Parts: sequence; structure tokens; C-alpha cells
Amino acid sequence: MKTCGARPGGPSTDGIDLSKQTVIQGQILRDGSSDSVPNGTAVSNGHVRLLDSTGEFTAEVPTNTEGQFRFFASPGAWTLVVQAPGARVEKKIVAERGNATDLVISI
Amino acid sequence: MSRETALVTADWVAENINNPAVVIVEVDEDTTLYAQGHIENAITFNWREDLQDGLRRDIISKEGFEALLSKSGIANDTTVVLYGGNNNWFATYAYWYFKLYGHQDVRLIDGGRKRWELDARPLVTAVPTRTATRYVAKEQDLSLRAFRDEVIAAIGVKNIVDVRSPAEFSGELAAPAHLPQEGGQVKGHVPTAKNIPWSKAANEDGTFKSQDELKEIYTAAGVDLAKDTIAYCRIGERSAFSWFVLHELLGVTNVKNYDGSWTEYGSLVGVPVEIGA
Repeated sequence: MKTCGARPGGPSTDGIDLSKQTVIQGQILRDGSSDSVPNGTAVSNGHVRLLDSTGEFTAEVPTNTEGQFRFFASPGAWTLVVQAPGARVEKKIVAERGNATDLVISI
Repeated sequence: MSRETALVTADWVAENINNPAVVIVEVDEDTTLYAQGHIENAITFNWREDLQDGLRRDIISKEGFEALLSKSGIANDTTVVLYGGNNNWFATYAYWYFKLYGHQDVRLIDGGRKRWELDARPLVTAVPTRTATRYVAKEQDLSLRAFRDEVIAAIGVKNIVDVRSPAEFSGELAAPAHLPQEGGQVKGHVPTAKNIPWSKAANEDGTFKSQDELKEIYTAAGVDLAKDTIAYCRIGERSAFSWFVLHELLGVTNVKNYDGSWTEYGSLVGVPVEIGA
């Protein structure tokens, strides 16, 4: 469960120069919400794949103990594929430099 | 070498966890994963600290490899079983070291840590203690390793396979997309290299594709496997993965890994570089 007051989403972007990096990040949670705020259990044994606009594999990371992940990409259209035991979710996004794309994905 | 001898299944591993002739070794890109949980009785190598000489920016020497294996309790007749995260990138990198230094029996777990985790198989945090050995390595088998001058001489002559992502090949990105995009070297690729990303050889669950599918990846890209082939990436680990596919799974013998890879080539002065797809 998220602790009280913590905002669901990817890891802190402190120390990252967002004017130079195109960050795609987020947090994977098992289904669950309270007042429309996702609050499911963090998925610490997930894997997130980043596919480019043609569907070509670009990168993959395991989620951390908080269920979080991060990619450094380039501006444009990408697809995220989330895999965890018994679950697979795809999500299309458009990334831009300057503003981190920060997602909460429930599985 | 063949698929049957180079790969083991997760079931095989589960049956051999307590086999004294077997040592399981986890090698991850994210070196914190082992401490969070690993296959029972597995030890770990840190690819940066254990496998590389940071001062010379080279792979560890024969003496360094001998010292690592000796303190890890690996003997010359041990069956070494490697696995790791990120589709076995650094596990295949370590596999290449074992072959380079002449180890007889080394295998890879098909699907690596990812398949193991997706199957919800058990991971433990207990670190096994192993009795030290006196490991004796062979001299490097240079039929498996390419150096920069050989790569330059191979332009337009041998197969050069760039196994990075299309965005790195074209010069759009400098590194894999899960790493910060930094580094002083130029972006681009070796002229005449064909871009055959390592990922084409892997299924979504991290296991290798079938033999027919693997062959098709290279023949469809116009690679004549009768010719000598050099594989490279950014730091030599993804190209070790593709070397593993070609040399160990498909049995193509004239394939070398250029471990200096783009980190070296992209920093050389006066060598030809191409950008664009």
C-alpha cells in the first residue's frame, strides 16, 4: 500500500536535468483505488518493456521494490508493455522533453 | 556447441539446485537484484567489479578470472549455470568469458531471471558459502574476440552486426533507453554494419526463439553466415547475447564479439562513422 500522503507514480526526478532528458516513468500497482486515487499494492516483480513507434523493442527494466520504473527515451510515440505473474498490459504514450511522462498503471 | 548443450530449462535448474557438480551464478545489469532475491544456492558476479578491469577499461585478465572462479568455489570440471535479469544480457556476457578462458561446461538458463519470476518460482536471500578452489584458466581464445583494428578492416569485407536498438544505430540515442543519455562519444554506427537488434532473438518472456526463427533473423537481413561475423553493441554485453545466439545456439563458429563496442569505436579519432537508418 502507498503510505499516507505519498503520491503514486515513478521515482523522484530530483537530480535529472529534464530540459535535456525525455523521461518516461511510472509505478505498477495491482488493482485498487480510493476516491479515484490508485492505491493498490506495488508490483515489485514486474517487467516493463519500451517499444518504439514501429513496435520494435527498445528497452526493458524490472520494477523496483516500490513497483516503479524509468526510461530515458526521445520525444515521440512509444508503447509500454507491463508484464508480471499472471498479467500483461499495454499502454501507448507520447513522450516529450522537458516534462517527465509519469504514469500509474494498474494491472 | 548446440542449443541442447548451451541451454537448460528452469525445471532442470530446480532439479539440480543441490547438485554438488553444479554452480549457479546470477549476473545482472542491476547488481542490487541478487540481494533482493535469487535462485537458491546461486552465487553472483558483479559485472563491473568482478568481470572488468576498471583502470585499463578491459575485461579481466586470465589471472583475474582464475582468482574470481577460485574464490567462488568453481573448479575446472564444474558445470556452471548462468542466469540474469534483462533477458540474460550480462549472463551471456559472463558466458562469453567462460568460453573465452576455456571453461568446458557452461550453460545458460533459458529465459533467465525474468521467466523464473514470471513463473513465480521461489527466490531466496540466503547467500551460500562455497569452498575455494584452484581454478586454472586457458589463454584467451581469440577466435571469439574482435579488437578495434579488426573491426575497421572488416568494413565492407566481413559481416558486421550492430545489435543495438534502431534508435542507437541511427544515432538518435547514445545508450539503451533505460539508461541516461550521456557520454562524450559520437553517435552512429560502423559503416556497412547491419542493424539486427539482439531483442529479435528473444521472446517476450525472455526465452530464446526457435532455431528456425533465429536463422531467419539473420538470413532475412541479408547476412551470409558463411562469412566471418563480428557483433558489437555499446559495451559488449548485448553483442555477447547475439554472439551466444549465433555461436552457441546456431553453431556458427566464425563469430566474434567486439567487446570494446561503440564505447571504444565511437570515441576513436579518424575512423569512419555512419548515421541514419
